[in-house]
Amino acid sequence: MRLVLRGITKRFGSVVANDSISLTVEPGEIHCLLGENGAGKSTLMNVLYGLYKADEGEIELDGEVQHFTGPGDAMAAGIGMVHQHFMLIPVFTVAENVMLGNETTGFAGTLDLEAASARVTEISERFGFHVRPDAVVEDLPVGVQQRVEIIKALSRDAELLVFDEPTAVLTPQETDELMDIMRQLREAGKAIVFITHKLREVREVADRITVIRHGKVVGEADPKASNAELASMMVGRPVELVVHKDAPTLGEDALVVRDLRVVDVAGHTQVDGISFTIRAGEVLAVAGVQGNGQTELTEALLGLQDDVSGSITLDGVELVGRTTRKILDAGVGFIPEDRQVDGLVPGFTIAENLMLNRSFRSPFVKNGSLRLGALRAFAEKKLKEYDVRARDIDSLAANLSGGNQQKVVVARELSRDLRLLVAAQPTRGVDVGSIEFIHKQIVATRDSRIPVLVVSTELDEVVALADRIMVLYRGRVVGIVPADTPRETLGLMMTGERPKDLKDVVA
Amino acid sequence: MSTVTDQPAPDSGGLAPDTVVAPTRGGSRKLPVVLGVLTALLAVVLLRSSHAGSTTFQLAAESDFFALPDIVVPSGPTAWLMVVACLALTAEAVRRMLAHLRQPAWIPIAFALAWMVGFLSWAAADSSIRMVSLLGGAVALAVPLVFGALGGVLGERAGVVNIAIEGQLLLGAFAAAITASLTGSPWAGLLAAMAAGALVALILGLFAITYFVDQVIVGVVLNVLVVGLTNFLFRQVLTPNAEGLNAPDGFDRLPIPVLGDIPLIGPILFRQTPLVYVLYAVVALVAYALYRTRWGLRVRAVGEHPKAADTVGIKVNRTRYRTLLLAGAIAGAGGAYYTLVSVGQFNREMTGGAGYIALAAVIAGKWDPIRATLAALLFGFATNLQGVLSVIGSPVPSQFMLMLPYLVGILAVAGLVGRSRPPAADGVPYRQQ
Repeated sequence: MRLVLRGITKRFGSVVANDSISLTVEPGEIHCLLGENGAGKSTLMNVLYGLYKADEGEIELDGEVQHFTGPGDAMAAGIGMVHQHFMLIPVFTVAENVMLGNETTGFAGTLDLEAASARVTEISERFGFHVRPDAVVEDLPVGVQQRVEIIKALSRDAELLVFDEPTAVLTPQETDELMDIMRQLREAGKAIVFITHKLREVREVADRITVIRHGKVVGEADPKASNAELASMMVGRPVELVVHKDAPTLGEDALVVRDLRVVDVAGHTQVDGISFTIRAGEVLAVAGVQGNGQTELTEALLGLQDDVSGSITLDGVELVGRTTRKILDAGVGFIPEDRQVDGLVPGFTIAENLMLNRSFRSPFVKNGSLRLGALRAFAEKKLKEYDVRARDIDSLAANLSGGNQQKVVVARELSRDLRLLVAAQPTRGVDVGSIEFIHKQIVATRDSRIPVLVVSTELDEVVALADRIMVLYRGRVVGIVPADTPRETLGLMMTGERPKDLKDVVA
Repeated sequence: MSTVTDQPAPDSGGLAPDTVVAPTRGGSRKLPVVLGVLTALLAVVLLRSSHAGSTTFQLAAESDFFALPDIVVPSGPTAWLMVVACLALTAEAVRRMLAHLRQPAWIPIAFALAWMVGFLSWAAADSSIRMVSLLGGAVALAVPLVFGALGGVLGERAGVVNIAIEGQLLLGAFAAAITASLTGSPWAGLLAAMAAGALVALILGLFAITYFVDQVIVGVVLNVLVVGLTNFLFRQVLTPNAEGLNAPDGFDRLPIPVLGDIPLIGPILFRQTPLVYVLYAVVALVAYALYRTRWGLRVRAVGEHPKAADTVGIKVNRTRYRTLLLAGAIAGAGGAYYTLVSVGQFNREMTGGAGYIALAAVIAGKWDPIRATLAALLFGFATNLQGVLSVIGSPVPSQFMLMLPYLVGILAVAGLVGRSRPPAADGVPYRQQ
């Protein structure tokens, strides 16, 4: 099926998310939409899928102009979408999810589950998916859930498949498998739109690349273009993709974690006997697929978990059992993984957000009263220093872009005397320009002889920042390896396998 | 860019990769503790006022195929025997807790039976208990609760918290009284009650679905509104014209031949009014339709993950409206039971909080129609027990017994029946972009 988008414009209030975007996708090709977070890729696809209504422009499929009033119409026209946040119902079985909205029924609307199961099995076998129709979706690994999404689209005879940031939640191995599936679908004559901001993936599978920036098409790129060329097109200026850092100057053992065990509220052991050491002036990066104990590990370090056993010492002082405030006062800086939930108060101004970790004492509080003058001066200074793009320090945090919000968090955490920095997903959902900036700040922190723990599900980020890499799987340490360990080995370790000849490195 | 951004998923509702599952904590302490407390309570009651004599459990009713003999037991020894049984069951629960085993459902059920037999043989010492009226009365009292609970289950499965069950019951009762009085047909009254319940649901839907108002608040306000409205109309309209407007022709008892003659079960379940038989059908239909039909699949999808339902072309809010209207109609039918069967005319605030008990049954029944029905029956039993015991003159103060249904309700909702998980999008309005 041939898709033509002509002059699509979509506005949200005064923000123009898509500005007259035109695009052609041919059958049997993988067409990449490359752009930064917030460039408008997902908005465009939601317009195509009938979730949003375009303000201007038209959608044409095989020469016919379409008027979608909802996703149902788009699906009927042969468009299938694999959403970034899976559109699956966790408590339903695979077959129920696949048939939903497209049910085969018998007498009086009775569900024909057998027919649905047969359909799942048929598609699953045709593409080698290994998905059981009667499995409950929430029990499946993320990679398999994604295949259920693909089966869902295929079972409706989709001819055009849209993959919206499909690799964000996958391990490197699962990503490779997904690439194979996409190639297979291309061979079967499907048209594929692949939305991503990851250059490596684009170069691997794309037949054609369209780059989008600030809601506009900035041009087509050659799949053979270099990473640097693609990145500069995406960002609009040359970007340094490599983090420049010198060899670490290591000091004493600063953070020592022994037999750390964390049990969550539901009684599940999320961190299962982890031991590691970070020396002053060193970055230990934690790699692993999301949900393998990273969140609980960082929260345990900050005293945010209730059921913690084992020992965490910072410069010889035990942290387990202390309150979060005591730990903060001991000099632990924390960039939480979800700035919207844990990092900022969205309804507070930038200035107010900048004092959250020092809300009880000097320099911003004296005798129980806020010292607004000191706070304003501090906020003005940090706004410039960290290049936060906002009208002024009284702008609400909620109104900032993801990158600028994260800069506020980083500015707050790095602006006092630290003994340890814990950075969880420091650049998630942040534009390339801000990533560059934040990475530099983290390296600078390490160079000032502060131990740094970085947690990231992006292997590129782990490799770029780490002096050593610790791989977590199901709450256990698979291994602690040098930063120059091959990606394949790391990817394998992220699935819980430990190569036989692997040697742990001690700093 | 409001809701859809290019950020990777933080956590999309339980879709995180399979987390480490290691049962480090044992089974819940809740069950053993509650069983222990109840056993102790029974023992204390027995110690303080030991009743001599014997207790008679009458099982027979008139016109059975054959009459079951009465069971006569010595009160004191039987009660103490049951205390021992309760102790044994508590011990088993404790053993399972310590061994980190799951608590199977038979333990609380067997415990409840033993406790009840022990309690009754003490409370009705030197007297007799007619099991048919104890259990049959429980069913009768539970009828509006079951209707209400089904209305609650349906609404919440579709993602709308139906707090307005109370209002639906009350307005249903009111509408049924007037309509049946005017037309002389209880069936017309039933239809009017369903329409009235649906009307309350429609208002709830308008605020909760279309205008995203907090559903709990709208529901409570609606309940208060209906109380005020019916009180006003009762005084101004019904009372002056009681003959013409508040003297409905109710449903008559309609024993089902054969089934009604089965000993014990027949008189309890099958010598009821047609409205009760309608209820049986509704329970079965809702349970079947919710799990086995396209309609049910879509209702559940809309209550769990509305956006996912939207992306496969299901009209989320239309589905919610339809389901909520149906839920209101079912709850309204429960209201008709008051004016057309149990009381026979409309009185101010005659539902007396039954809607809230029905809501408790929804939660205790884990949002499942059959389990919610069973929970509602349990509440009905608790209410009836209070009545039966005050008639035979039990030593328990009647004021305490009046608390019983609510006490049972709190215990049930507190999760004594195990972990329950509401529909993921329950109470969350769905906004389309």
